[in-house]
Amino acid sequence: MSKGRFGKHGGQYIPETLMNEIHGLEKAYEHYKNDAGFVAELDNLNRQYAGRPSILYFAEKMTKALGGAKIYFKREDLNHTGSHKINNVLGQVLLAKRMGKTRVIAETGAGQHGVATATAAALLDMECEIFMGKEDTIRQALNVYRMELLGAKVHAVESGTKTLKDAVNACMGEWTARVSDTLYVLGSVMGPHPFPTIVRDFQSVISREAREQILEAEGRLPDVVMACIGGGSNAIGSFYEFIKDESVRLIGCEAAGHGVDTDKTAATMAVGTEGIFHGMKSYFCQNEYGQIAPVYSISAGLDYPGVGPEHAYLKDIGRAEYVPVTDEEAVRAFEYIAREEGIIAAIESSHAVAHLMKIAPTMRKDQIIICTLSGRGDKDVAAIARYRGVDLHE
Amino acid sequence: MNRIKKAFDNKKAFIGFLTAGDPTLEKTEEFVLEMERGGAALIELGIPFSDPIADGPVIQAANIRSLTAGCTTDKIFDTVASMRKKTQIPLVFLAYLNTLYKYGYEAFCRRCRECGVDGVIIPDMPFEEKGELVPIASRYDVDVITLIAPTSKERIKMLAKEAEGFIYVVSSMGVTGIRDEITTDVAEIVDIIRSVTDTPTAIGFGINTKEQVYKYSSIADGVIVGSAIVRVVGQHGEQAGKELCHYVSGMAGALAE
Repeated sequence: MSKGRFGKHGGQYIPETLMNEIHGLEKAYEHYKNDAGFVAELDNLNRQYAGRPSILYFAEKMTKALGGAKIYFKREDLNHTGSHKINNVLGQVLLAKRMGKTRVIAETGAGQHGVATATAAALLDMECEIFMGKEDTIRQALNVYRMELLGAKVHAVESGTKTLKDAVNACMGEWTARVSDTLYVLGSVMGPHPFPTIVRDFQSVISREAREQILEAEGRLPDVVMACIGGGSNAIGSFYEFIKDESVRLIGCEAAGHGVDTDKTAATMAVGTEGIFHGMKSYFCQNEYGQIAPVYSISAGLDYPGVGPEHAYLKDIGRAEYVPVTDEEAVRAFEYIAREEGIIAAIESSHAVAHLMKIAPTMRKDQIIICTLSGRGDKDVAAIARYRGVDLHE
Repeated sequence: MNRIKKAFDNKKAFIGFLTAGDPTLEKTEEFVLEMERGGAALIELGIPFSDPIADGPVIQAANIRSLTAGCTTDKIFDTVASMRKKTQIPLVFLAYLNTLYKYGYEAFCRRCRECGVDGVIIPDMPFEEKGELVPIASRYDVDVITLIAPTSKERIKMLAKEAEGFIYVVSSMGVTGIRDEITTDVAEIVDIIRSVTDTPTAIGFGINTKEQVYKYSSIADGVIVGSAIVRVVGQHGEQAGKELCHYVSGMAGALAE
């Protein structure tokens, strides 16, 4: 069996055209992840530019209101560019630069990964092109303009369902057309090996910090660590350093859209089956013939028909649990955390908050939950207003 | 004698590609027969996929036409079985790996054998991952076709040594589609392949003129034309049969001796 496996999941299911390039990336990453200069430069960027470490915030009001476990939020929404995506792109764009590349390309759903990539490319002087589903460029028009302000070229992808998976297709196609000077900066813990590992390593800074911070604040490990999950990068980043701590429950909250019993859903763990797509073996929403299903969620960032291979493995071995959260539940959580804590969290992150609101009251007061707020919700305000039937004019 | 070998027997091979079920499966059967009449030596039948990452806009559109018309893997097998009563032309599937994985490798290869499919081309299964399929395909005498790309370089010998059926030499970077100019030094790639194997080579990706057919069939043992044929189907729809025979006959007529 090939490299980059998580149990039976993972692998490198990509066209021959990319194989030499992907082996080169593997080698470069193996080298630089242990290179003192690279590690120091990335650490410096994380601190001086991205604003790390992100705070672990004790949500006292929500804790009291929900009447159960102590609630902590890991505030990735406070990072530069407003989400956890910056952790990964600083690492990957720096890696691209060390590899002698002059151009980076990336897919984006909600636009957060696109904005983060365009940001890192601007800072590190790289050419940048972003592929975004046409549908998402409409839902997240502000982010398109933001990327353009940062000097990136944005391609609206018109094929298929015109959302995240089609953006990935287009970006992979572009990479096969031009590999010599270009690195595909993948936004999640998905795709062919070594991407799931690279992205996980760069995102695991979330749990590395959170583990230290909670030990400092409470003198003990949390009972639950939870995060929203689409492809799974903020979730694996939140889980990773806690995987070895068997007493810590790990919960990924996926987007159920209108519900897992409808066809308007993106809850891969709930309704998906094993398959091979986008370079990896994992779980996917698909029909009996393996046609990838058009998925739906109010959240463009979770609107993806697959899930990263390491999550598929964590599910298989029972180490992590994955729960579906509907649009309506997520929107209510979006509104709740805004009023209760004064935090406008991303609609993606609000999926995790929604499940937190279900489980916190069922837990004892001496128990602890850490929930990652993967991003801030400014980008979602207009969509939430539309969802609530409010007519906005800017 | 294996049917694929026959395609390259003492002559250069013109290989034509069609997306199965575009616009309908009844028409696919007719189109294959017309392409054979026009001089195609081997037919590559694409199993439509929702997300054909290695294909350009022309074949993407054909995939959508076919899936919208209700084409499925099972229906394609039935069509091939029916077609086999009328022709012994060598036939390979172009399919994305998920199609086989979801059907079950064993069941898929068995159906290939039963229906008379001679091989499979899988654009998203590189050498490193073929171990999960090849032993099963071998048992059913289904060749798993090797693709070699402009970027394969030092991998070429490793890939060519284990090749079965024929070797698909990808002429260009990127996805499938019609190209005015092909800049890769395919002659060098073919030379390296021939230094390690007798398996015939066919060049594809971007070929759409008689000049290109002549040039690449002088270098390799065959040429593959995909998007240009699918475009004919896209333009003429159900009426494409005669046009395909005419088109293939013109292109195949340009093959080198």
